[in-house]
Amino acid sequence: MNVKKLLIEPLRKTNPVTVLVLGICSCLAVTAKLKPALVMGASVTVVTAFSNLIISLLRKGIPSRIRIIVQLVVVATLVILIDQFLKAFAYDVSKQLSVYVGLIITNCIIMGRLEAFALSHGPIESFLDGLGNGLGYSLVLVIVAFFRELLGSGTLLGYQVIPLSFYEAGYQNNGLMILPPMALIIIGIVMWINNSKTESK
Amino acid sequence: MFNNLRGFFDKLKPTFSEGGKLAWLGSTFEAFETFAFTPNRVTKQGCHVRDAVDLKRAMITVVIALIPAMLFGMWNIGYQHYIASPETVNCHFFWYCLWFGFLRMLPLLAVSYIVGLTIEFAFAQIRHHQVNEGFLVTGFLIPMIVPVTTPLWQLAIATAFAVIIGKEVFGGTGMNFLNPALVARAFLFFSYPTRMSGDSVWIAADLWGTDAITSATPLAELAAGLQPSASALDMFIGTIPGSTCETSVIAILLGAILLLISGIASWRIMLSVILGGGLMGLLFNAIGANAYMQLPFYYHYLMGGFLFGAVFMATDPVTAAQTNVGKWIYGLLIGIFAVMLRVINPAYPEGMMLSILLMNCFAPLIDHCVVAHNIKRRQKRAIVKSKNSAR
Repeated sequence: MNVKKLLIEPLRKTNPVTVLVLGICSCLAVTAKLKPALVMGASVTVVTAFSNLIISLLRKGIPSRIRIIVQLVVVATLVILIDQFLKAFAYDVSKQLSVYVGLIITNCIIMGRLEAFALSHGPIESFLDGLGNGLGYSLVLVIVAFFRELLGSGTLLGYQVIPLSFYEAGYQNNGLMILPPMALIIIGIVMWINNSKTESK
Repeated sequence: MFNNLRGFFDKLKPTFSEGGKLAWLGSTFEAFETFAFTPNRVTKQGCHVRDAVDLKRAMITVVIALIPAMLFGMWNIGYQHYIASPETVNCHFFWYCLWFGFLRMLPLLAVSYIVGLTIEFAFAQIRHHQVNEGFLVTGFLIPMIVPVTTPLWQLAIATAFAVIIGKEVFGGTGMNFLNPALVARAFLFFSYPTRMSGDSVWIAADLWGTDAITSATPLAELAAGLQPSASALDMFIGTIPGSTCETSVIAILLGAILLLISGIASWRIMLSVILGGGLMGLLFNAIGANAYMQLPFYYHYLMGGFLFGAVFMATDPVTAAQTNVGKWIYGLLIGIFAVMLRVINPAYPEGMMLSILLMNCFAPLIDHCVVAHNIKRRQKRAIVKSKNSAR
């Protein structure tokens, strides 16, 4: 079992967002600010890791004809747990994320990993694979949110980063950064850079 | 003189060719050489058209067609400034206006060309392509369609965005599906809305800086539910506030004549955009639910960037529809959407930019449908013929 490979590869070489192009929808929705993006990334990572683990443990007992339903039950349970957890301990972020926490259940990355990996691998490997893919997703989310919040609002995690003297000198926040189209363009640029680097190797 | 220039290029050529010291700058050299002289390479295989007009010559014609609008725009910048603060005039009125406008336009033009060409040349070197000439026109157009008080750094970012995201990612000149100049304007419009619309961007308050004197364009007045304060004649001549070079119908028509005579722009697109806008205007006249709808339809041609868009933007050969029927559909829809956006959506006083960009996206689909329909029709004819001959 190659721990490093399972954890590191999904960050760059087989990144679920930039290479497999999965989970784009939530990338557009939750990346206007850094904080919701971090929470969203963590939530998805937890769900992918644990749903991979549970399905992998059950994989020999699941009849293949109803496996999707079983997977959905597991994922939905985890998502509801996360949702309740956020509502209890991070209420304001959970309000910002609104339906997108619930929509983790429809995130293609999770079902993709369950189908492609957890059903055919052991529990520990599956757990690491889920963790790696969740982190790969989070990484893209954080990069996109970093640029969108910095250039769109001049803040990072809610703190003013661009000095006020800049604004007095005529600097303005970029309104397009707050709008979803720019998230798509930034993801495109991240893909561009990532692909051109991995291709040349 | 031409011989000297030729000799100069010939002397430099080995340095930039394969194996030379500066071979990595080869495409830069190539760009300047073909800018001055028609390339002497010819296609070796297949059939090809021999014509003196290559892409660079076509682009230059468009730039020449833009010059009346540019000159009038410069004069109008000064004139609007004079109306707002007449005490500053210190020499002959006409020359004062032109000089003031020239000094305001120059930095905008310089920023647009420097940023855009730097990126174009950089991409050409990295990809070992020839430098494409598309930016000659784009770089001229970008400063013409923004308010005169646009801060230079914003213009620089918008130009960079337009060239990289609007053009280079798709493969450079000829591969882009959106008009790069309009991408730059759309970027400014959505990124910095306070600097691109509203009442305090159209007239420069002084020679330097980005301060403005409050004034409303006719479109803004109409969107706010008022009647335009400028007369139709003023709008025809162009002595109204607006984006730098879009105001004068006369200057734009001069450019349009050149483009039509030289055959560089499609008359089908120009005519159909104007027809589409007129039809929509007449339809609104017929409905007449509010004051804006009752506005005579020809006002839409006079206000804002409608004609500028119809003549110089919609006819961009790369982003427009390619088939003749497709051109009619494409142009009609641009005109219809532009007037519809103006009248129905008060959030966007000027609908021309958005409607051209929208139809740019649909142009390939229109072409596809036209071609598919053609094939189907001919196939039907062929089948009928073969049946007849079988009998």
